[in-house]
Amino acid sequence: MITIPYLTAVSTYFSYGLLFAFGQLRDYSRLIFDWCSTNNLHGYAPICLAHEDFYIRRLYHRIQDCFNRPISSAPDSWVDVIERYSNDNNKTLKRTTKSTRCLNLGSYNYLGFGSFDEYCTPRVIESLKKFSASTCSSRVDAGQDRTISLLCFCILTSVSFLPSGTTSVHAELEECVAKYVGKPAAIVTGMGFATNSAIIPVLIGKGGLIISDSLNHTSIVNGARGSGATIRVFQHNTPAHLERVLKEQIAEGQPRTHRPWKKIIVVVEGIYSMEGEICQLPEIVSVCKKYKAYVYLDEAHSIGAIGKTGRGVCELLGVDTADVDIMMGTFTKSFGSCGGYIAGSKELIQYLKYHCPAHLYATSISTPSAQQIISAIKVILGEDGSNRGAQKLARIRENSNFFRAELQKMGFEVLGDNDSPVMPIMLYNPAKIPAFSRECLRENVAVVVVGFPATPLLLARARICISASHSREDLIKALKVISKAGDLTGIKYFPAAPKKQEEEKDRIKLD
Amino acid sequence: MFGLLVLFFFSYRFLTFKILVVVKFESQSFASPLLWANDISCSKSTRISSNSLAALCSIHRAKMDTNLVEMFRAGLNWVTMALDAPSARVVLFGVRIQWHIFVEVLLGFVIVILLSQKSYKPPKRPLTEQEIDELCDEWVPEPLIPPITEDMMHEPPVLESAAGPHTTVNGKDVVNFASANYLGLIGHQKLLESCTSALEKYGVGSCGPRGFYGTIDVHLDCETRISKFLSTPDTILYSYGLSTMFSTIPCFCKKGDIIVADEGVHWGIQNGLQLSRSTIVYFKHNDMDSLRSTLEKIMTKNKRSKNLRRYIVAEAVYQNSGQIAPLDEIVKLKEKYKFRVILDESNSFGVLGRSGRGLAEHHGVPIEKIDVVTAAMGHALATEGGFCTGNARIIDYQRLSSSGYVFSASLPPYLASAAITAIDVIDQNPELLVKMKHNIALLWKGLKDIKGMSLASDPESPIVFLKLEKSSGSTKEDLLLLEKMADRALKEDSLLVVSSKKSFLDKCRLPVGIKLLVSAGHSESDLVKVSESLKRLASELLL
Repeated sequence: MITIPYLTAVSTYFSYGLLFAFGQLRDYSRLIFDWCSTNNLHGYAPICLAHEDFYIRRLYHRIQDCFNRPISSAPDSWVDVIERYSNDNNKTLKRTTKSTRCLNLGSYNYLGFGSFDEYCTPRVIESLKKFSASTCSSRVDAGQDRTISLLCFCILTSVSFLPSGTTSVHAELEECVAKYVGKPAAIVTGMGFATNSAIIPVLIGKGGLIISDSLNHTSIVNGARGSGATIRVFQHNTPAHLERVLKEQIAEGQPRTHRPWKKIIVVVEGIYSMEGEICQLPEIVSVCKKYKAYVYLDEAHSIGAIGKTGRGVCELLGVDTADVDIMMGTFTKSFGSCGGYIAGSKELIQYLKYHCPAHLYATSISTPSAQQIISAIKVILGEDGSNRGAQKLARIRENSNFFRAELQKMGFEVLGDNDSPVMPIMLYNPAKIPAFSRECLRENVAVVVVGFPATPLLLARARICISASHSREDLIKALKVISKAGDLTGIKYFPAAPKKQEEEKDRIKLD
Repeated sequence: MFGLLVLFFFSYRFLTFKILVVVKFESQSFASPLLWANDISCSKSTRISSNSLAALCSIHRAKMDTNLVEMFRAGLNWVTMALDAPSARVVLFGVRIQWHIFVEVLLGFVIVILLSQKSYKPPKRPLTEQEIDELCDEWVPEPLIPPITEDMMHEPPVLESAAGPHTTVNGKDVVNFASANYLGLIGHQKLLESCTSALEKYGVGSCGPRGFYGTIDVHLDCETRISKFLSTPDTILYSYGLSTMFSTIPCFCKKGDIIVADEGVHWGIQNGLQLSRSTIVYFKHNDMDSLRSTLEKIMTKNKRSKNLRRYIVAEAVYQNSGQIAPLDEIVKLKEKYKFRVILDESNSFGVLGRSGRGLAEHHGVPIEKIDVVTAAMGHALATEGGFCTGNARIIDYQRLSSSGYVFSASLPPYLASAAITAIDVIDQNPELLVKMKHNIALLWKGLKDIKGMSLASDPESPIVFLKLEKSSGSTKEDLLLLEKMADRALKEDSLLVVSSKKSFLDKCRLPVGIKLLVSAGHSESDLVKVSESLKRLASELLL
């Protein structure tokens, strides 16, 4: 849990209050202007909601330049950030042709597959030539041989669906992913977000209960809402609270009717992308086992990035994958591609392939992207005939732990656990969001700053994502820049460890 | 309990009073029917009828009743006297103490006693730890998924080459009517070139959402290109076709808003409607009279709806039926009832209209009249992702409020660059569109006299939809039959055709059928082959 220093909280509230007051003032004056001019709504209700629109117009537009920064290169360790200018006080930003080369601390390029790769890219281009960019149709049918080997005995009378969007690459990909994550079967969709939001409704519906971590990703929230199941929330990453909620809910049953729940699914993430924390999976799994709840693990950020062979949070914490009923993950991060997967038992995948709307109605994942994932997994597992994969994994662990330790030494309030490549630095104050981002960019370091709506209003932060492609020099440069920007913006909320020694040295000198 | 007692107290007071009054009055009132009956019998003595007979009976009864009343009064008097006897001579402060005072004082006492007591509440006994544990032990969850049934298992053939008009399945060349490759752009040399150069420059993925260094210059170029193509002010790019609709709709429709949607919309839209939590009213599939009456009803029935946001949601070419929405009518109704229109152009972008600019061009409606246009790029453009286009405010609003845009990694840059090239190709090669339209007409001609099935789609739609003439009554049975047909088409004639697919989540209840997706890349012989084959299979399987 994040505890805000008292003074910071007050000043943050004050800042937002000030921004709000000025925004309202501007809105009122705008109202007078609009009243003088003609009303252009003509009997329609305004299309944008007033309060959200207010936030965008009066708060977000002021610091718009810190977000959506376009780049003109691959999201590698260094990127070309395109310069933008504004003629209307940041309301709209225009692109220039100029760009600056910046150190990239923002992309989820954990293993460095985001750019040209000597093994992957040639294979991707080859598959592009063979299969073209898109299949223009849904997967519809299933990925074949694995499921069939299990079920062929009863196929005799069954009829077949016809394919349109499944190519041999898709079939290979699903097999490859299942093997990689350590589950009997897998299903792949074309988008990570849609994986969650389209598959949760297939698994659970009315009369079911979803117990979700309080900081779960929006896609999970979307999926849970779309399912019609009851949703309960447990305190972020607290197995004890999860147990309490589970006990209470099983004893109480469904609201009003008190019928027993049909099933309970507990949804957690491997690494929480805004917190950098690693899920307490062993404890959560044992609680779920005790209360017969199913575990749904979203490994969007952890798959490929942590664990000895990159197999995610299960490998890192020594959890048997058989204990996790549904394993979900995305390929946008570590594998440098797009799409998402669900891995589980053969029957589960079979069922999903028959009912999942993302499988039946959406265009299948682009074949070159699928090929990229297969190649990346091969590199990670060393099947390409080199040890690049192992090096990358060792590198990201070293880099992350080094960077985190250094930041903590400097006195930043860094969230998250060791080994996690995501490290948020707390900023709190709204004015510090653009200040920190702009200061870093001036020194050619591209960092991500996050405010509302991605975080709670008070807990604005900067987020650093470490990649295996960062060299030690890169990281040292980044640390220098961040330290300087941190001093300027005053975000070193803790006393700095090494600085004390320096001070002592200074004192000795003075003596 | 206490309340009852008080009630009793007052009713007792009231009753004692009433009984006395009634007893006093009744002796007189009972006499009046007697007189009245006498009157009648006197005045109408000349005619002795059943009437007078009844009157005589009533006289007799009234006499009996007066006797009863008299007896009751005597009894009551006796009781009163007996009760009053002990205190007959007691006079307190000049008031004679009557018997009812005792009863009243007694009742008063009981009330005071009851008031002084704590009201009765059943003791709250929360479940003990042990009971909770027992409940937890006893609880048996349903299995995660229902048992796998036979129809969920299938042996799928897999494409071994690109999903162009001709593709390879099991080493055999087959004609593909299953890909929405309307303009035959799959495998187009220019697209491949632009993809290759983008892959070499940017890699495959964008490794981040648009907000956090996932915006690559080709994304912006692609947005500009689409805006220019459709002559709309601004465009926003989504990373997946399916997510476009279910992100855009909840962005503008919130709880309390009214959405009038066609009942045949595809699952992506249905999900968007559900996520928006708005009030959703469906109108009959592609039926403008039904739409009109629905709008009329909403506007007249509820006066409040004038202040709510109101939307009409429709698809340009319905994925589930191949029908084309009559946009001109929709726009007329929208303007009359002041609704906004959200239109999904997934299957019409690049296909309909003189130059492929979609449904608005097809109907000659200015695109500004449609408030929100969305489309998936996985069809005619032969790439992936989706976009939403409209005025700058609508697009800008989505950049911070749309879940599928803010919280999802952006479109792989090579797919964005493919989209730009595909639009260029459409602009430069109008003959593709002509060829496709020609092919649709050919297929229609070929399938006109099919037996057992009928053409249910619009003659201009690239989705040619054949529905069963005689449904077995069960969707499942129908689907099995259609799948069998498609299966045989592949095995016997090397044709890839698809039947409708139904997830249990899909609420669309339109009839199922065989879907043929026509492409500009199909040759005349392909179209003849498919129509001959389907006609043969239909007569063998359905008749």
